[in-house]
Amino acid sequence: MNKLSLFGLLGLVVRRDLLLAMRRRTDVLTTLVFFVMVVSLFPLGVGPEPDMLRKMASGVVWVAALLASMLSLPRMFSADHADGTLEQMMLAPQSLSVLVLGKILAHWMLSGLPLALIAPVLGLQFDMSVQALWILVLALLLGTPVLSMIGAIGAALTLGLRGGGVLVSLLVLPLCIPVLIFGAGAVEAVNGGMSAVSNLALLGAFMLFALVFTPFVAAQALRISME
Amino acid sequence: MGCTADGAIVYNPTLFCFRRATRFFMQQAPFLEVKDLACERGDHRLFSGLNFALAPGELMQVQGPNGSGKTTLLRSLCGFVQPVQGTVHWNGQDIGEWDDDFHAEMCYLGHLNAIKDELSALENLQMSAGLAGYTVSDQQAVAALRRMGLQRREHLPVRVLSQGQRRRVALARLLIGDAHLWILDEPLTALDVGAVGLMQELIGEHLSKGGMTIFTTHQPLHVAGVETRQLVLS
Repeated sequence: MNKLSLFGLLGLVVRRDLLLAMRRRTDVLTTLVFFVMVVSLFPLGVGPEPDMLRKMASGVVWVAALLASMLSLPRMFSADHADGTLEQMMLAPQSLSVLVLGKILAHWMLSGLPLALIAPVLGLQFDMSVQALWILVLALLLGTPVLSMIGAIGAALTLGLRGGGVLVSLLVLPLCIPVLIFGAGAVEAVNGGMSAVSNLALLGAFMLFALVFTPFVAAQALRISME
Repeated sequence: MGCTADGAIVYNPTLFCFRRATRFFMQQAPFLEVKDLACERGDHRLFSGLNFALAPGELMQVQGPNGSGKTTLLRSLCGFVQPVQGTVHWNGQDIGEWDDDFHAEMCYLGHLNAIKDELSALENLQMSAGLAGYTVSDQQAVAALRRMGLQRREHLPVRVLSQGQRRRVALARLLIGDAHLWILDEPLTALDVGAVGLMQELIGEHLSKGGMTIFTTHQPLHVAGVETRQLVLS
């Protein structure tokens, strides 16, 4: 019997959640398909004018990413809550924040990361330039972890509540507005011939800030929900 | 360190050594102590003025009708439920102050099995060990599952196992840890006669190694050579 280090524990939680997701693929696929559908509806609804499509591309992709990540949020803790695993996590001799960080990382790998990777393909529908596509992916890679992290707090607070799914969106969406503004702004800046560095730097700052605080806050929220 | 009447802190070697000695002694003999505990559910007072202590080798059964607060009591011993009044001490220190160290010395098994349908019995056991902060080898985990009567079921997804077999997977967790204190909430639910006998055997072994167990059950559970202390909630 060997003691697990903090990183060992973090790795274990991520591995466990990824393994569970692999055995239950529909949950991951629904998020991704939802994202693809929403983004694809806009060119169909608005009409094929390249100028207009190019202008709205980044906004549409970001709003769709925001909605798609809300879709998977209620599942972040609910299965573990229902089968008693969450109780055991709270009894773990290590800090609950580490376990929560592991769950957030796994959630991002299953919701945010696939969205960022598929976004360039969807961007082609909007006639985006190659440079804008790169910036879009980069912005999504920096911004979607923040969505998962802020979302974890909302998911923890609404755990076990009836209608928690809608409530979590109402709680979390307003807090994600800065990410939306700077994420979409990065692509806008490139389209306008400016540098996207300031927008990306702000997104990176959001991510680091959230990385420090949200696991702790979400862990406290879980404790409140479990009482 | 000691305190004089005017509040100045002075070094008092006798007192210092005494505290070191008590701490050392306490590490040797862990114990659980509950003082004047009261818990509520909603606005309803479940129990109050509860006092008891549990020393190594002791077995305690919490009894009472449905809704009398058995589960709430066990959950407050884990620190899930904040008591309205009173304290729970482990080795003479409040469990809130122990923080995570206390959790390393206990094993709680609740109504819920904390196992995943998608994972196999073996994976479940290794994951629960991981969440409890340690790793177990495949051999150890398989041995624990075999002991619980799950031969040739180790690699099946838990989804296809019966309720009783799932409970056995959850109980196998007790075998791989080295917790002093077992807190078992209805451990015998869904178990057949053979498994109940096995549980009695396991608890007996745990107690003989200096462990302690507090449990609730509506079925009779007798451990050979050990007197079961009764705590009745009304």
